[in-house]
Amino acid sequence: MSKAVSIEIAGVNLSYGSTHVLKNVDLSIRPGEFFAFLGPSGCGKTTLLRLIAGFAHAQTGQVLLDGQDVAPLPPWKREVGMVFQSYALWPHMTVAKNVAFGLEERRLPRAEIDRRVANALDLVGLADFADRRPAQLSGGQQQRVAVARTIAIEPKVLLLDEPLSNLDAKMRVSVRRELRALQQRLGLTTIFVTHDQEEANTVCDRIAVMDAGTIRQVGTPMELYENPANLFVASFLGSANILGDGDGIPVPAGKRLVFRPQHATLSSVDGSNLQGRVTHREFLGATVRYGVRVGISEILIEVPFQSGSELRTVGSVVGVALPPERMLYLPA
Amino acid sequence: MALAGTRSAGQAALALAIALFLGVFLVVPVATVIYVAFTEKGGGALTLVNFADFARTDLFVRSFWNSVYVSAMTVVWASVLALPLAYLTTRFEFRGAMLVQTLGFLPLVMPPFVGAVAMQLLFGRNGSVNLLLDEWFDFKIGFMEGLNGVIFLQAIHYFPFILVNLSAALRNIDRAMEEAAQNLGSHGLRLFRRIAMPLALPGFIAGASLVFVKVFDDVATPLLLNVKEMLAPQAYLRITSIGIDDPMGYVISVVLIGVAVATMWASALVLKGKDYATTQRGGGGLARRKLKPRESALAYAVVILILALVLAPHVGLLLLSFATVWSFSPLPDGYTFAHYARVLGDSSVYIKNTLLYSSLAAGIDVVIGGAIAYLVLRTKLPGRQWLDWAASTALAVPGVVLGIGYLRAFYGVKMPDGTPLAALWIVIVLAIAIRRLPYALRAAYAALQQISVSLEEAAENLGATKARTVRRIVIPLMTGGLLAGFVTSFATAAVELSAVLMLVQSNSDAPLAYGLYVLMQTPAGRGAGAALGVIAVIIVAICMGLAQLAADRSQRARGLDT
Repeated sequence: MSKAVSIEIAGVNLSYGSTHVLKNVDLSIRPGEFFAFLGPSGCGKTTLLRLIAGFAHAQTGQVLLDGQDVAPLPPWKREVGMVFQSYALWPHMTVAKNVAFGLEERRLPRAEIDRRVANALDLVGLADFADRRPAQLSGGQQQRVAVARTIAIEPKVLLLDEPLSNLDAKMRVSVRRELRALQQRLGLTTIFVTHDQEEANTVCDRIAVMDAGTIRQVGTPMELYENPANLFVASFLGSANILGDGDGIPVPAGKRLVFRPQHATLSSVDGSNLQGRVTHREFLGATVRYGVRVGISEILIEVPFQSGSELRTVGSVVGVALPPERMLYLPA
Repeated sequence: MALAGTRSAGQAALALAIALFLGVFLVVPVATVIYVAFTEKGGGALTLVNFADFARTDLFVRSFWNSVYVSAMTVVWASVLALPLAYLTTRFEFRGAMLVQTLGFLPLVMPPFVGAVAMQLLFGRNGSVNLLLDEWFDFKIGFMEGLNGVIFLQAIHYFPFILVNLSAALRNIDRAMEEAAQNLGSHGLRLFRRIAMPLALPGFIAGASLVFVKVFDDVATPLLLNVKEMLAPQAYLRITSIGIDDPMGYVISVVLIGVAVATMWASALVLKGKDYATTQRGGGGLARRKLKPRESALAYAVVILILALVLAPHVGLLLLSFATVWSFSPLPDGYTFAHYARVLGDSSVYIKNTLLYSSLAAGIDVVIGGAIAYLVLRTKLPGRQWLDWAASTALAVPGVVLGIGYLRAFYGVKMPDGTPLAALWIVIVLAIAIRRLPYALRAAYAALQQISVSLEEAAENLGATKARTVRRIVIPLMTGGLLAGFVTSFATAAVELSAVLMLVQSNSDAPLAYGLYVLMQTPAGRGAGAALGVIAVIIVAICMGLAQLAADRSQRARGLDT
């Protein structure tokens, strides 16, 4: 395996007609990193991925692979392996033919092609399925064929476009572990596009959170959770309570107070920073989640559940204790 | 229970009536043809001797291979025309794309025989093109020599069938299929050959087999080009020159049916397991690429050349219909309205007959097609599927065979006044109706499939009986689709010739297509024939426009317009 490469994206703007899909995107992905583009649908994450693969064209800015600008290269010369959301396995070819395709396009000797096809299928555990047609495979197997087909050409980087979205919930957990293990073994710089924060958190080294064509924050899953840079990131990763003026607590001008539901506690009304009325209560097993109306907002508070612990009733007035070290003040 | 009983009794009666109609006017004539082909002449014993005679007769064997050659070469040339256009319009940003897609309707507007003589005048040995080539470059091209002429004419008429099917297939390919190939290092023609073409193969085969069968069955085009040594013309000539007792016409008919069935069977075989449509998720075809200026110029040159070829029969026909004398010169010597005056005067009976026959035939088709669609899709009547299959087999029966079958089966049936049933004009209408029934049936299916069953169940839930539900809910909602089916059947019926050719007994009963055919035989009649052709094209074009309008309006009425 060749040495892993870095990906630099600098000042990229991309529009389709009057829709501005990517706005001033700057990003630096390290060699060998498992990186995620995370964001709601329509945020531009897939477009950014397709830009790297050469299927989209930016009006301004650069994409550098290993320091080299790839703008002049068409998709078929980029050596950037992409696994499509629909897998895009060709139904008129067997599994082995699918995997061999990219190698045949490179005019490799037959023996070399056979060897690399066998290797790639081995790697994804589908050696016995070489002569099947894609339609005869399960969704998870098809996905692995798509991966094998892509890594067979030994690409510089691996792009995964929502690779788990066509699998059922159970499969997703095992497949994402397989993907992670495979990526670690190959040491390939990999980008994983998803709208599911759990997928991104569990698999990736670092995440770029995207919204409306911009990158809102880049960091490790823990950094993003602990220190979100803005309200979007705070509420997109996990749940966050956001309070502002009029909620009965002092908040600096132009800022909002942000905290996680498990970081607040319910206390007696006297001496608490904040007071409110319980609007609903949900028992979740390990925790009890309360909805509390404070000022003009409703916040969620999660309290660990122990047997025998006293529950608050809906409608009761409670105090909310907010430990200062857990409070974030983010720009509104 | 009693109610359910009367309901299915009504359905059964309807099904029986349709079965009877199809039996008498489709199954019996075709079965008669097959039966006669396998029986001894004069005697009644079953025999293969007629087929042995067929195989021993040089003329027939030569005609058979000529037909195979012409049909195959037509498919080849039609593909040569269709492939670049399909590729161009589905994979590149190309302003001419709309123009190219409209070509798809042309073979419906004007069947090849209509323009045959005009094409002879444009491309024949002493036609406009060759006269100019000879004058400027001192050589001629044998576009229209012998079988070439048939291939040339059929290819430029029928390539849109391949174009339309192939383009639709190319457009339906999930674009990730091709992007994945690009991502793995493939591009350009190689990508097209390895990924796009195999995935679009079902569409191509569907179009190509249709073209093959249509050309194989065509009687009038070879005859008008004075090519007699092909199989379908031989069937016609045999029956009309020797008589309806000669077995050879029937043997040829059986061969024609056999070839049609074999072609469809073979294409089904090739396509088995290749229907990829269901395995594809996303939509849309590859993002279209912009053409570079030089590519763009080349693309336009190709499109304009093909367009010129396609429009040549129309232009030739128009010129011919206004020409005083046109021979041995690139353009007519002078222009006149006399042909139109003649056609609208004493030959107007042709037009009247065509309007009458076509509307009757289309009416029959829509009623029977609608009824079959309803029985198949909405009832549990046993054997209902057979009605669909029976009606659809009409596709495999060449017009000339149906005509021969009608002659043989109904000539012995006498009316009270002694005229044979086969000599009545209504028989022409029935033959046309049977020929066009599969089209109307498809339209009716489409219309009915778009209506949710729950709309009918809601009506029944509110107390409407089955019959009243059909009248108050189903038929009103199907109107647009049925109307489109009617107009399409009408338009194609208006230019139907091969069955009609066998059945017309006197000029006063002849429709326009027959009149055109007769007039085109003589140099003196050509002008008038061309004028009839132009009128036919206008009628059909108007109908096509109306059909489109009807379909659009019913889409909008149902709120399906997006």
